[in-house]
Amino acid sequence: MSYKEIEEVDVILLWGSNAREAHPIFFHHLMSGLDNGARMYAVDPRRTSSATFADVWLGLNLGSDIAMSNTVAREIIHQGLVNQNFIDHSTTGFDTYAESVEPFTLEVGAELTGVPAEAIAEMARAYATADKAQILWTLGITEHHNGVDNVFALCNLALLTGHVGRWGSGLVPLRGQNNVQGGGDMGALPNKFPGFQNITDPAAQAKFRTAYGVDLPDEDGLHLTLMFEAMDRGEITSAYVIGENPADSEADIEFARATLRGLDTLVVQDIFMTRTAELADVVLPASVGWVESDGTVTSSERRVQRVRAAVSPPGEAKHDQDIIGELARRLGYDWGRPDSIELWDELRSLSPLHAGMSYQRLDAKGLQWPCPSLEHPGTPFLHSWLWDDDLGGHPPAPFTVVEAAGPKEELSVEFPMRLTTGRALDSFNTGVQSGGFDSPIRYGDALDINPADAASLDLLDGERVLVSSARGSVEMPIRFQPEIPRGLTFTTFHFPEFVDINVLTSDAWDKKSGTAEFKAASIRIDKIEAPAAENHSEVDHHG
Amino acid sequence: MSKESIVTVSIDGKMVSVAAGATLLDACRQAGVDTPTLCYADNLTAANACRVCVVEVEGSRTLVPSCSRSAEDAMVVQTDSERVRHSRKMVLEFLGSGVDLSQADDLAGWIDYYGSEPDRYGPDRAMIKEEVRIQDSLYIRDYDKCVLCYKCVSACGEDAQHSFAIAVAGRGFDARIRTEFDVRLPDSACVYCGNCVAVCPTNALQFKTEFDLRKMGEWKPTEQAVTRTVCSYCGVGCNLEVHVQDDTIVKVTSPDDHDVTSGHLCIKGRFGWSYVQPGQSAAEEGD
Amino acid sequence: MADLHLSEDLASEAEVSAIDSAIAELGLDPAVVQETPRLVRGGNRRRASRRHGLLPALHALQRESGWISPGGLNHISKVLQVPPAEAYGVASFYELFRVDSPPDHDGNVVHVCVDAACQIAGSAKTIASLEAQGVAVHRSPCLGQCERPVAQFIQGRQRPDSVEADGVENGSIDGVLWDLPQKHDPSLKLLARVGRIDPTSLEAYVGSGGYRALARAFTLGASKVVEEVLSSGLAGRGGAAFPTGIKWQAVAAESGQKYVVANADESEPGTFKDRTLMENDPFALVEALTIAGFATGATKGWIYVRGEYPLAVQRLQNAIDAARDAGFVGQGIARSSIEFDIEIRRGAGAYICGEETALFNSLEGFRGEPRQKPPFPTTHGLFARPTAINNPETLLNVLSIVLDGGEAYAASGTEGSSGTKLFCLSGNVVRPGIYEVEFGPTLGEVLELAGGVVGNLRAILLGGAAGSFVGPDMLDLPLTMEATRDAGLSLGSGVIMAFNDEVDLGAVVTRIAEFFRNESCGQCVPCRVGSLRQHELLESSLSSSRGEEPLGIVSGSAPALLLEEMDRVMKDASICGLGHTASTAVRSAIELGLMRSSR
Repeated sequence: MSYKEIEEVDVILLWGSNAREAHPIFFHHLMSGLDNGARMYAVDPRRTSSATFADVWLGLNLGSDIAMSNTVAREIIHQGLVNQNFIDHSTTGFDTYAESVEPFTLEVGAELTGVPAEAIAEMARAYATADKAQILWTLGITEHHNGVDNVFALCNLALLTGHVGRWGSGLVPLRGQNNVQGGGDMGALPNKFPGFQNITDPAAQAKFRTAYGVDLPDEDGLHLTLMFEAMDRGEITSAYVIGENPADSEADIEFARATLRGLDTLVVQDIFMTRTAELADVVLPASVGWVESDGTVTSSERRVQRVRAAVSPPGEAKHDQDIIGELARRLGYDWGRPDSIELWDELRSLSPLHAGMSYQRLDAKGLQWPCPSLEHPGTPFLHSWLWDDDLGGHPPAPFTVVEAAGPKEELSVEFPMRLTTGRALDSFNTGVQSGGFDSPIRYGDALDINPADAASLDLLDGERVLVSSARGSVEMPIRFQPEIPRGLTFTTFHFPEFVDINVLTSDAWDKKSGTAEFKAASIRIDKIEAPAAENHSEVDHHG
Repeated sequence: MSKESIVTVSIDGKMVSVAAGATLLDACRQAGVDTPTLCYADNLTAANACRVCVVEVEGSRTLVPSCSRSAEDAMVVQTDSERVRHSRKMVLEFLGSGVDLSQADDLAGWIDYYGSEPDRYGPDRAMIKEEVRIQDSLYIRDYDKCVLCYKCVSACGEDAQHSFAIAVAGRGFDARIRTEFDVRLPDSACVYCGNCVAVCPTNALQFKTEFDLRKMGEWKPTEQAVTRTVCSYCGVGCNLEVHVQDDTIVKVTSPDDHDVTSGHLCIKGRFGWSYVQPGQSAAEEGD
Repeated sequence: MADLHLSEDLASEAEVSAIDSAIAELGLDPAVVQETPRLVRGGNRRRASRRHGLLPALHALQRESGWISPGGLNHISKVLQVPPAEAYGVASFYELFRVDSPPDHDGNVVHVCVDAACQIAGSAKTIASLEAQGVAVHRSPCLGQCERPVAQFIQGRQRPDSVEADGVENGSIDGVLWDLPQKHDPSLKLLARVGRIDPTSLEAYVGSGGYRALARAFTLGASKVVEEVLSSGLAGRGGAAFPTGIKWQAVAAESGQKYVVANADESEPGTFKDRTLMENDPFALVEALTIAGFATGATKGWIYVRGEYPLAVQRLQNAIDAARDAGFVGQGIARSSIEFDIEIRRGAGAYICGEETALFNSLEGFRGEPRQKPPFPTTHGLFARPTAINNPETLLNVLSIVLDGGEAYAASGTEGSSGTKLFCLSGNVVRPGIYEVEFGPTLGEVLELAGGVVGNLRAILLGGAAGSFVGPDMLDLPLTMEATRDAGLSLGSGVIMAFNDEVDLGAVVTRIAEFFRNESCGQCVPCRVGSLRQHELLESSLSSSRGEEPLGIVSGSAPALLLEEMDRVMKDASICGLGHTASTAVRSAIELGLMRSSR
């Protein structure tokens, strides 16, 4: 997809994304779409600042996304609103899928999601009958123990209606970091070479072996969550961490920190002395990628763009590629000192997706991959082959039957409330970058809670409380939020030095992606100390 | 392009063809005619307020604003007639008579060119006199320099940010850009994207970094290098122009013509760079 | 969580109730509705469709609290989802809304007119005496009661606004019939019912021939009505004299939702004709607007009445309600299948809102700033839809055009000016008031209708503050559009204000300049700054010389030349008619030597 597409769309399903705060400039494009007449349905347990722009907010139960999408699917099928030609021509597995969603009547869906049936039916109709419709999501979909299934569930809706592979219609996952897409492009995945070529593909193996002049592993590696488990079992004893702060960012943080401490050797290469770096045996100071180095990053619309050095790095900090090259030299491999263009041109020679992207062409506005040749203009959206007569030689797109499982962690008497997490506009992840400027709109991490829930716990706005999950406890202030549904709480995670929120988050993770269930934990809130007696009686009768 | 979608107009006797829907300003640019603008920006809806870009169109009773008037086939346009020169001179003169244009770099040449004399309205004339508003460590607002071009309002509102933290309040010469009841900016809907600052043509809105450096006499635009790069935060891929003076970032903007940002950023892209140079920021606390 | 950011100020219960009921009266529910704790409806479309509730909501708050309180504004912002900075920007645009601080009195404000007719009748004394009594006084631009200076208008707190001179109780719609100077003239057309027929009674209206024109319009059919209006030669009576039929034809040719609007924001100093019509023959405007809707294919009509005309609003609302009850307004009007409804909007004190595009913005809930034209209202009018907007006097002419045919109408008046015209005579005349004249008589003849001038005639302000001063040498000027145009003048809204040689015309002209300075919306530079500098220059030139040896401003002098330079840029480069005409009267006064102070 391209951001521009949403300016021309008719219906937007914003699902598990608070793009207003997490992707503000993408949201500008979205708002243009709304100004141009698009209808938006926001599916989110919270009425986020993004959801306030929606025509309809559907506040589903935390983790009931598949129940919702299956209900939508059944409604579309039963109302005869499927795109039968598209299904027949471009997909497989419809019958089995249709059977799997059959139990999800509007009544059942309403029961499972907590959202009134009419609203689900309305969204289903709006999506199915739109000329151009998009489903957008971010971590509200993926950071669940069944995040991959959540994604499949949304893809199924696009396949039912043909809202994919056309300009304006599509599935839009928004990337959370400036180069998380580029990391994937470059092969920073356990199962891919650069350009998303499979490690297990013999042809790719041969190509990279020849190019690099070394033997390469021919089976998939471990993703982060599995690495931590392997460290825990003692199978991995050393780690080299570049530009990541797992000692603050991992779910179930105490486990992660203990694991890192248990390593024989921990090398951290970073621009900050992060909490992870503090645990390291060796810290390699790196220059800042986007403003002290030359190179490229890839955005959510697959646009590869140039970053350029504008200021010099401080002290002994070095460019990442020079540190790695230096390390290689000491390990016996002298790569010389290739500059960023040479490195990039090597990538282009190996990754067909990027082959046409010379630095010169990237210079002005970047290019969207695939861009296989110097003449190729780049690709504004993917999967257009779904509409080709011969499907461009691809097999048809399969419907995927998914199980409507809720959060791994059930509510219990001991932990009766839900906790979910998200970003604030002026902050970013663990705050190591965004903490550097003085934002007038920053309020710190606080636990948003429905005032009625707070009243039943005898709590006042702003009061510091003890929040506990099965994994640990943290102290933090609460913030009254009348619009958050009862039983749900929310916090940002930008100030781990003050509120170590990932002490609480779930240790469940998705076996298919390795992503942890940051978005759904079960918690308890305890009062730290009783307020003054006169306040007590006042609050009491609300409970 | 089909024939109907092209219109041909005469600009100072020179025939130029532009796409239907193009403005007279576009046509002037195509004809190589330099036109002063103030409230117009390529990345905002034309406000059509300042009237400094007026041109004379044959058959039109009044002059027309080139920024917001569509070119029509066979229009005959004069951009340097006595009427046009007079109106432009007077508009600039009126502006200069009421506000401080000393940092409106783009206007200085035009004021000279048209021979505007703001001081001929006498020393007792009404001028805008307000305290500089310093209410946080990110921007300042100096309304003595405000020409009421509406750009900040558009950027804060429906042309970009949709926060609507500021609007024009009051009427006539007493009209000002205001938050509701003039509440402090941190108490308003402002989310500090800085898009208002980026579009301000007269430096009435300034980044605090620039304001502080100017106060110290250390603001040296001619010694600044501007490097284009990509924001380090979320995955949208906003292009940044990093303005560097003495190996230090002094401000961040975004190119108007970039498809992703159209020149607009969020608070993180605009101000989230301080970590690169801890302790070097010149910003002082606001009141 | 909500993107709308409100301060912690809360509205009082009374404010909430006043605002909520004002919005409910419009048939609107809040822009955001929580249907269940898990389902909220909101979004652009709902918000945009309710924005026009802003002006009525601000009126309700002002009336309740005597000002636009932060808490009250928060409540309005929340209910209508209008960002508070925008709502504040709108509120602060209008004279009738107080935004700076709560009233330091009981909240009732007496607005006293300080414009020409009242100025020369002693408004300064009136203000001084009211203030001495402890009354909260607001110096107001022309209140549209020039026939009965010094004009006053009482803005009520927690009670309806009123005009004492109307002679009716607060909030009451019945009352005295207006005393018309030409009452017994059988040739009156537009004024035929004024002062003779009970303006509150639909029966009386129908009994005097009312609603015959609508019936006739249905018989003719919409396109024939437009043809009749075209052939009548009717030109707009608001000042610009644009052919009404051409406007209607253009709107009729458009498709989709269309509107007709009666521009009853009569604010041109010296003008009070539309008030007279609306207060005394409100059904006629309702019927005429209905015909306009039928002819152009608009299903909705709006009447935007200036805020200082409470009686007109009351009588129009009564007329609309009565007409709706009787089936003349609403679904299937007059037993046809036609749908047509009418809503009234009150202005809130802004001369500029008489400019048609500013009026649209104001009605839509935005600041009353004019829009760039083109595009014109006939394609992009109210709510960006095709709109026919006419002045009430213009609309009332349509009734006889439909009844008697366009040809017959065109036969009256002169070649270039068909029909009759209402003139507003005020100032130093014997019988100030509204006079209806078939186009043709001269300025002197019309003045004679009003009993002639009191004292020695020095100058006449023709066309209002946006018009020009003429001297006694122009008494032979025929008051037709063609003759005035040829003389470089304009009939404007029909203002004829006479000044004798005892009037301090320097002060009058300076006040006119101040009027434009105050009423400029501030959007465009030529008008915003030009109107200010013009007023400053007049003030300093006259006041510095107001000692023993007054100099004034004479043609060709340095200040006169500078004023001329300013006039040129305002005429050439302002967005709208306000700027274009803000210096016309001043220049004409200098040319006539009126600024050469006689004392």
